[in-house]
Amino acid sequence: MTSPFRTPEGGRIDRATTVEFTFDGETLTGHPGDTLASALLASGRHRVATSVRLGRPRGVAAAWAEDPGGLVQIEEPFPEPMLLATTVELHDGLAAHGLPGQGRLADVPDSARYDAVHHHVDVLVVGAGPAGLAAALTAARAGARVALVDEQSEAGGSLLSGTERLDDAPALQWVAAAVAELAGHPDVLHLQRTTAFGSYDDGFVLALERRTDHLGAAAPKHVSRQRVWRIRARSIVVATGAHERPVVFADNDRPGTMLAGAARTFLHRYGVLPGREAVVFTTNDSAYDAALDLSRAGVRVQAVVDARPEGSPRRGECEHAGLRVLSGAVVTGTRGTERVTHALVAPFADGQVGASTAIGCDLLLVSGGWNPAVHLFSQARGRLRYDEVLGAFLPGEELDGLAVAGSAAGVFDLAGCLADGQRVARAALSALAVPPAADDRLPAAPAPVVPAAPVVLWRVPDTSGAEGTTSFVDLQRDATVADIVRAVGAGLRSLEHVKRYTTIGTAHDQGKTSGVLTSGIVAELLGVPVQDTGTTTFRPPYTPVAFAALAGRDRGRLFDPERVTALHEWHVAAGAVFEDVGQWKRPRYYPQPGEDMAAAVLRECAAARTGVGILDGSTLGKIDVQGPDAAVLLDRLYTNLMSSLKVGSVRYGVMCGVDGMVIDDGTVLRLAEDRFLVLTTTGGAATVLDWMEEWVQTEWPDLRVHCTSVTEQWVTFPVVGPRSRDVVGSLFPDVDVSTEAFPFMTWRDTALEGVPVRLARISFSGELAYEVYVNPWYAVAVWERLLEAGRPHGITPYGTETMHVLRAEKGYPIIGQDTDGTVTPHDLGMAWAVSKKKPDFIGKRSFTRPANADPLRKQLVGLLPVDRQTVLPEGSQIVEFRADGELPPPPVPMLGHVTSSYRSAELARPFALALVKGGRERIGDTVHVPVGGTLVPVEVTGAVLVDPEGARRDG
Amino acid sequence: MSPRTPGADLPEHPDALWRNPEPKRSYDVVIVGGGGHGLATAHYLAKNHGITDVAVLEKGWLAGGNMARNTTIIRSNYLWDESSAIYEHALKLWEGLEEDLGYPILFSQRGVLNLAHTLQDVRDSVRRVEANKLNGVDAEWLEPDEVRKVCPIVNTSTEIRYPVLGATYQPRAGIAKHDYVAWGFARRADQAGIDLVQDCEVTGFTTDGDRVTGVQTTRGTIGAGTVALCAAGHTSVLTDMLGIRVPIQSHPLQALVSELLEPVHPTVVMSNAVHVYVSQAHKGELVMGAGVDSYNGYGQRGAFHVIERQMAAAVELFPVFARAHLLRTWAGIVDTSPDASPIVGRTAYDNLYLNCGWGTGGFKATPGIGWALAHTIAHGEPHPTVAPFGLDRFVTGALVDEHGAAAVAH
Repeated sequence: MTSPFRTPEGGRIDRATTVEFTFDGETLTGHPGDTLASALLASGRHRVATSVRLGRPRGVAAAWAEDPGGLVQIEEPFPEPMLLATTVELHDGLAAHGLPGQGRLADVPDSARYDAVHHHVDVLVVGAGPAGLAAALTAARAGARVALVDEQSEAGGSLLSGTERLDDAPALQWVAAAVAELAGHPDVLHLQRTTAFGSYDDGFVLALERRTDHLGAAAPKHVSRQRVWRIRARSIVVATGAHERPVVFADNDRPGTMLAGAARTFLHRYGVLPGREAVVFTTNDSAYDAALDLSRAGVRVQAVVDARPEGSPRRGECEHAGLRVLSGAVVTGTRGTERVTHALVAPFADGQVGASTAIGCDLLLVSGGWNPAVHLFSQARGRLRYDEVLGAFLPGEELDGLAVAGSAAGVFDLAGCLADGQRVARAALSALAVPPAADDRLPAAPAPVVPAAPVVLWRVPDTSGAEGTTSFVDLQRDATVADIVRAVGAGLRSLEHVKRYTTIGTAHDQGKTSGVLTSGIVAELLGVPVQDTGTTTFRPPYTPVAFAALAGRDRGRLFDPERVTALHEWHVAAGAVFEDVGQWKRPRYYPQPGEDMAAAVLRECAAARTGVGILDGSTLGKIDVQGPDAAVLLDRLYTNLMSSLKVGSVRYGVMCGVDGMVIDDGTVLRLAEDRFLVLTTTGGAATVLDWMEEWVQTEWPDLRVHCTSVTEQWVTFPVVGPRSRDVVGSLFPDVDVSTEAFPFMTWRDTALEGVPVRLARISFSGELAYEVYVNPWYAVAVWERLLEAGRPHGITPYGTETMHVLRAEKGYPIIGQDTDGTVTPHDLGMAWAVSKKKPDFIGKRSFTRPANADPLRKQLVGLLPVDRQTVLPEGSQIVEFRADGELPPPPVPMLGHVTSSYRSAELARPFALALVKGGRERIGDTVHVPVGGTLVPVEVTGAVLVDPEGARRDG
Repeated sequence: MSPRTPGADLPEHPDALWRNPEPKRSYDVVIVGGGGHGLATAHYLAKNHGITDVAVLEKGWLAGGNMARNTTIIRSNYLWDESSAIYEHALKLWEGLEEDLGYPILFSQRGVLNLAHTLQDVRDSVRRVEANKLNGVDAEWLEPDEVRKVCPIVNTSTEIRYPVLGATYQPRAGIAKHDYVAWGFARRADQAGIDLVQDCEVTGFTTDGDRVTGVQTTRGTIGAGTVALCAAGHTSVLTDMLGIRVPIQSHPLQALVSELLEPVHPTVVMSNAVHVYVSQAHKGELVMGAGVDSYNGYGQRGAFHVIERQMAAAVELFPVFARAHLLRTWAGIVDTSPDASPIVGRTAYDNLYLNCGWGTGGFKATPGIGWALAHTIAHGEPHPTVAPFGLDRFVTGALVDEHGAAAVAH
């Protein structure tokens, strides 16, 4: 018999089915409906884990996420570090072991799927206990869109742990009816196994649904393992219940020590006796239920130890059942090794502890009161209020759109929770102007027994001689009362400091049981009200969430959208090697058999310089700027004048930030008096559109202008080289492609078999060139027609690398490569692109700063390695010429750096562009570039190395 | 009893950290802001200059702002001469700090990898490595196979969305334990007789001509011979009271931590393109920085989609992290200047000094800026390492643009 502690009947487990699992290598059995913790307890195993610092045995001490003891590592079906045995649902084949403090990550990738869903509701109810169910029913009956989420495997909350009755029947019958009723409302989303873990501004709640783990091997492969629900609710009802709080005493970490309410849960929900002989230690009436229920189930309750001198009105009930009740007494410590064998019980009055007596037991139940689970309220910046009577922090204010109901708000009786759930839901509905349903009946609960006032007791004075070093406040961090005493003694007054000194509250459970205890103990030590000590900040997530669950589908290829042009398949078929440019995949070069990149690029460059080449330039950003003030806007954004541009013409322009540094460049086509097509760099497209929108929306809302991205509405094919006129002319015979009729920096509209085509005389290579613009639907057809027309001339597709070489030979900078946010148009030798006529434009003011006039500013120049061989690594630094060829010791003054560097087919040698201090003054000088331990001499030249007169652009 | 889990235990803090004195009526030097920078400045004022009639005023609890919220990365591999000088000055101090403070600050020089994912990343990385070498800062360029040797769990497959094309590596970089660092400085300052005054918010200044004569606080007016503002993003709130405009913007920057895990991650990895910066702290938790929220504010919390995006990047680059668990998220406030470099030095008031705008660099600079600011206060002139970072550079245009070098785009 592997489950000697299983009750003969009862509980929410499926006794007809047995599942096998292993723990610490031992094969055990349990039932569907068990958690790993309940199955272990049923087998008689309390010790689960080993503590992180002190190596002490630790066991299951609670029944759900507040458990500080039962940390396990999952091994099968897939390794997962550090889960609580109390929250792992049992399934066949589960293998786990107890943790010695640190979890272990799998060394193989997680093949499970994760996803996320957005959901919008009127009312979100968190928690399907009595208050939450009442709230959800009220909202659903009124016709509101409702989401009800609950972290357990089934609805009921605290009702699953007890024997309460509603409408004169077991309360769980009402729960089942409520769930069925909610299922009948089409606008209700009800999710179990779903933990609301984060509460953010404006009614935004994150919840994690655990969808398949409990199914074990039967989990369908097509269903995501976990799902993040991103719920936006007009109103939120937090009905998350309360966590029972322990009392701290010496050796309170021994396995077999458990919260009293948890023992009831194990008994009623899982059909498990957590022990045979119990001592119950309490400061309040709630633990009497545990004592009586366990006694009825056959546990010998040796004593109910009540810290209150006057005890409880329920004393008689206990004594009637044959239980001994010791009022005005406390548990001062425990005995045992792997498990508690004795509780040490002593009289307690006026804070003084008397001599203790050992009472034999294998189960020590503790209740120090209840802490409302205010996490979501507090995450939403709700202020907490300390309640002196309950010894707990309660919501201390009303928040817009978020209300707390039931035990989470400090209501601890069943009838009160039901009524509170309904009240809060009605208030939410009222705020949404939704009238409640006429029939909104709550079940009849027995009249509550008014409990005697609890006593607030954080810790029992340590009479063991250990001076608090075994009185554990945070079991997961092995942090004790002695640690808190030391922290306060060291001069710490803030709870945040004490937390950091002791590490209390920083472990897996984030202080669910230890947080308020620490507030209380610190307040006691400092002699200040607990309200002043407060709590540390509640931060999301409420319970730990796997990284992969939050990553969702955004992994692998979907990590970031891959943007491809309409020609992508063609490029792939042509054997292109791709480069990531922003989100785009761009062909970098098209190697032919036997070619490396260098050979391919030399071939492609030569074709464009001597014959004709063609590029897929579709990724260039394109922004359609329209409106009566379009020209005004562009005049303000560009350093040069755009308003004087004639319709039908094209102008190159430079854009600067407010600091006068170049942020983007490109050409602008004037399509009409009130309409421009702005071309940006590929990587800058979104930034430039954002930039335009920011100015238009925040600074110049008076401008009548609209900016629209049309990057994906046009493909762009530059046809480049001396033969480009022949190619374009033959394909578009109705266009006079002569320079006289179609001059440089103009554009023309035409058509190809009825398909509109725009041609523009723009050149990024210095060669005669025509850019062909067409709707992407016709991209492949037009591209292939251009190739066909170019075949007699040896038309050669080229990639970004050749594009870069061609433009670099002409000294055309790539913004972001040859600039780095510290470069002005003047530094680039583009003073001509800075208008002297315009009254103002972005960046103008900065050009007058002293540093802009510094003759030692870095300027764009060309570099020619003297050995005619070395291709300087891009990014290399430049230093002064050294006659001895040796660098001085650091720091070595730097003149600038190599921004672009290539082999040139045209020049038959490598060359580079560089930003060099006072570069234009240095033309003709030799400087040095450290490359792999040697100094490479290079000659400084002008930036334009090919066709400086510009003779080629008209063919 | 079982043996202790290696690394899961931290050195204990001392039994005495600081007094909690009532503020005096006046001090020679009043430092506003009891974070890492304020405390370090106090320490070096006493240690290097013998100035101990000093108060550090903190509106909350000591080192409870960004000092308590950063991801503790320490490196000096910045691009520009000015930046690498101050951060390298700091790094050299870090290397002797444990001894100086007599405090176990857990400074671990486990190296930092800055990954490159695009050709432009590679260019920028080579540029920075070459600049670092010439400036005497340890730096290497690593190819992907070398990256894998330094950190085997980084996904160096060429099949991922943005493959790792290489990385810069600074072996002397690393991490330290932030609270321990702050408390080490605080304890030393306290031992030197400097008053650390908490729950003391500055609400105004008293001035006389071009001098600040004192600060008004929630604990009364305190006279001051010299005032240094070390209040990070709140510096502009303080200077507003004096009519000085400081061009900093404050944004939430989130970070997060996992549960304790067996050692898997031996170094520090940073990536801008696949936005991650992550280390595994001494106890075993993964400590990770997320992106910056785009809106301005002082709320120490951010939006959740930033965390989700962060997790996607983390799992993309480190597939083994898939089932690690997010335990806690939080936010600090990055105070960013227009050129992503700090603002340190003199102001229009003769005896008022600024120190703010450190963005994502504040923690790693702590000893360096403390040293330099103490020098600046003691001599009335900027220490050479902070001279380039004066407020006047936004007028002259002599910017130190480190947008490319910041861990987080801002």
